[in-house]
Amino acid sequence: MEVVFPTPGRIMRRRMLTHKSFLGGGAMLLLVFVLAFFAPAIAPHNPFHQDLTNRIIPPVWNESGTWDHPLGTDNMGRDYFSRVVYGSRISLLIGFCSMMIAAVIGISLGVVGGYFGGRTDMVVTYIITVRLSMPAVLVAIAVVALIGASTQIVILVLGCLIWDRFAVILRATTQQVRVMDYVQAAQAAGCSILWIIIREIMPNLFNNIVIVATLAISRAIILEAALSFLGMGVQPPTPSWGLMISEGKEFMFFNPYLVTIPGVALFILVLGMNLFGDGLRDITAPEGRL
Amino acid sequence: MLMYTLKRLGLALLVTVSVSLVSFMLTRVSGDPAIALAGEGASSKEIEFVRVHYGFDRPLIIQYLDWAGRALHGDLGESPFLFLPVTEMLKARMGVTMTLGLCALTFAMILSIPLGVLASVRPNSWIDRIALTISVMGQAMPAFWFGLIMIIVFGVYLRWLPISGSDTWAHFVMPSIALGYYATPAIMRLVRSGMLEVLASDHIRTARAKGLRWPKILFKHALRNAIIPVVSVAAVQLGFMLGGSIVIESVFAFNGLGSLAWVSIARSDLPVIQAIVLLLATIFVFLTFISDLLNAFLDPRIRSST
Amino acid sequence: MSAFLEVEELSVDLHVPAGILHAVRDVSFDLKRGETLGLVGESGCGKSMTALAIMNLLPSGGIRSARKLIFEDQDLMSANEKTMASIRGGRMAMIFQEPMTSLDPCYTVGNQLVEVIREHQHVTLKEAGDRAVFLLEKVGITGSSSRLKQYPHQLSGGLRQRIMISMGLMCGPSLMIADEPTTALDVTIQAQILALLVSIQKEFNMGLILITHDLGVVARMADRVAVMYCGQIVETGDSGDIFENPLHPYTRGLMDCIPVPGKTERGQELGNIPGIVPTPIGDLWGCPFRNRCHLAAPGCADKDLNITEISPGRTCCCARL
Repeated sequence: MEVVFPTPGRIMRRRMLTHKSFLGGGAMLLLVFVLAFFAPAIAPHNPFHQDLTNRIIPPVWNESGTWDHPLGTDNMGRDYFSRVVYGSRISLLIGFCSMMIAAVIGISLGVVGGYFGGRTDMVVTYIITVRLSMPAVLVAIAVVALIGASTQIVILVLGCLIWDRFAVILRATTQQVRVMDYVQAAQAAGCSILWIIIREIMPNLFNNIVIVATLAISRAIILEAALSFLGMGVQPPTPSWGLMISEGKEFMFFNPYLVTIPGVALFILVLGMNLFGDGLRDITAPEGRL
Repeated sequence: MLMYTLKRLGLALLVTVSVSLVSFMLTRVSGDPAIALAGEGASSKEIEFVRVHYGFDRPLIIQYLDWAGRALHGDLGESPFLFLPVTEMLKARMGVTMTLGLCALTFAMILSIPLGVLASVRPNSWIDRIALTISVMGQAMPAFWFGLIMIIVFGVYLRWLPISGSDTWAHFVMPSIALGYYATPAIMRLVRSGMLEVLASDHIRTARAKGLRWPKILFKHALRNAIIPVVSVAAVQLGFMLGGSIVIESVFAFNGLGSLAWVSIARSDLPVIQAIVLLLATIFVFLTFISDLLNAFLDPRIRSST
Repeated sequence: MSAFLEVEELSVDLHVPAGILHAVRDVSFDLKRGETLGLVGESGCGKSMTALAIMNLLPSGGIRSARKLIFEDQDLMSANEKTMASIRGGRMAMIFQEPMTSLDPCYTVGNQLVEVIREHQHVTLKEAGDRAVFLLEKVGITGSSSRLKQYPHQLSGGLRQRIMISMGLMCGPSLMIADEPTTALDVTIQAQILALLVSIQKEFNMGLILITHDLGVVARMADRVAVMYCGQIVETGDSGDIFENPLHPYTRGLMDCIPVPGKTERGQELGNIPGIVPTPIGDLWGCPFRNRCHLAAPGCADKDLNITEISPGRTCCCARL
């Protein structure tokens, strides 16, 4: 009656390779990453090049479409496919950079509040609540309008707004980890607080950090698209997908592709990111799912 | 119960004041308001005049206290562009936005609660997969884009619904869906996981051992327990929706608070912007407060112990 | 002659990541009305699973099979969920181990009591309420009408267990299964609850299956005893018989572990059974106890277990006797 239980490594690998969300999301992300990294090689035209004689040509599946512009052109005659490809760079750039800023702010606040508890935690909770009570989009738009819109400003503003999720989750997890025996052992052994936080607590938070990071990137990408749509984000002629939707809006009744195509691109990127994050969560801690 | 309520109330007030302070500082600090008001191409004399006339030369904290003091009396200032009292402007627009928010929340609940219950009863079945697919797809679509697509499909091609304005009930359908669906995944997942947890609990086993039939077990015993956190999340989501109304109102040409905010930002109408942020923050804080109370009220264990 | 409860070759399999767990294997026993059967064994030996299988309340992923499972002349294996639901709570009741979590925290005690009888019988709200009060008094709860309005979290563990018992009695069942009813309670309360069960069983002439790991409880309360090990019944018999003269090496080992007044001498070492309980996953053969048994012989590994009837009502499945 010998039973062989599989090793944790093998279990993890098996889960990774069979989890549909994880693989599907990963594939979508890979597609967008490839588009972004190899944009100059993939895009057939210069995304900024205007050709006013070739305005609003529909995509190739329409009767008047051509393979020269597979996804058509916009109202300035710029090739849509190339703009979509280069737009991936903007979305990924803003997504990652904003996430980084938000992670630094949110993780610091969350860990400090969760670890020290008491008055410090009260202050941290208060800060988080104030942030949550502010209508984020509204404040972002107002600040950008007053400072002046540009890619860097957008990254900074978004980063300073979307850290709440990091703070909330990391605070809760730190509270749980803080009372674990190994942390108390380290405290009893006289390790410095910084050492304990970095060596004992952070590694256990790593899973959560990665998962929240994927959500933060999605959120930043969608917020940037909304800001650019309203004209308060990336400025023309940069090919941001949100901006492309806004520019196509006035022509959308007869040429809906101007609006649908960038939206589909956004959808694929964000969906991929979310599926990937969900998959990660399931693989590393499958409570309630498997 | 009283002490609990009072403490929460005190915290809520503190947060509201802090939000108003932060937004005040942000708008003053991120640019020179005098330049913004005076407009492009204004001479330095005109800018100085604007600065003194509106009191922008005073220390920031004095400006804030002055504004806050008046706000407590219901005077939110006057729009320097329309010369109308801000309070009146907000009152005229509030109804539209609040209605939009409530309709959006209702839509989200109607969609997500049944889906969540069905998904929890048959986990990993096709219903579960559909529910999760809907929820995952929902979170990947920007609301403004979804609104535009709906306009194209339902407004232009099918001509079922009107595409701009806020006059009739039909006008509220698409904007409510566009604003509300984003909250659907969160609520649905909460219902699903809450139900899964409750269905595995001992008292459901007792209910089954008593010979109760499934509909009764699901709705009387399981959902009643699982819905408690959902109600508080719903209240908070309503707050988020009100904040996000600025985008949807712009897409659907609603004249609510969101579009007023948008127009005011475009021309740097600071008193209006500050007032709207204050109003939305107050509503949000109030909603969180309500959701805490609801939480305590719905769970007899909390209700009788505080 | 009508069968009250006949269980023949009942098995329960559970799907776990490492394979198929045979939680219950070919369990067979009979119960007469008015009789108490004590189902004894260590934690994890499959006693609770057996009870859940009889009521068809297995956790998801659990599959049961049996050659015969008959209750009051009704075949339970072929009964659909609707039929089972009408039997559960009505003619067959079960009390669980954890009174602290077995009641719904969002409804009053009265609400939960009344709901059982209104599910199975056509009674008015008032009649149901009266019955609830009657039963609460029967189980020894004072001030019963005000208790009805209370919420579970306002009551102690002992009180909650009494309420669970009265909930089980609401429809006047003929069979009650009590799964470790006193394990989670204070020692002083344990005796009271057990005495209560005994008196109620006599008064209502119910069949009672008492599941426990406590031999002392069994000695006091059971008419007949079935000893389980690793999902199988290894010995059955009248309770006096089993305690006086345990046959199976496992049962003997259990008896050696507890001090018996009059038999155990002062300073005598209590016995223990070396080794640990094996996990019944995958293909199994032979006697599950052989790795810990002092009578083990090579032949114990390759024989199919056969329950041999040594005398009427007395069975044992050891091949070495």
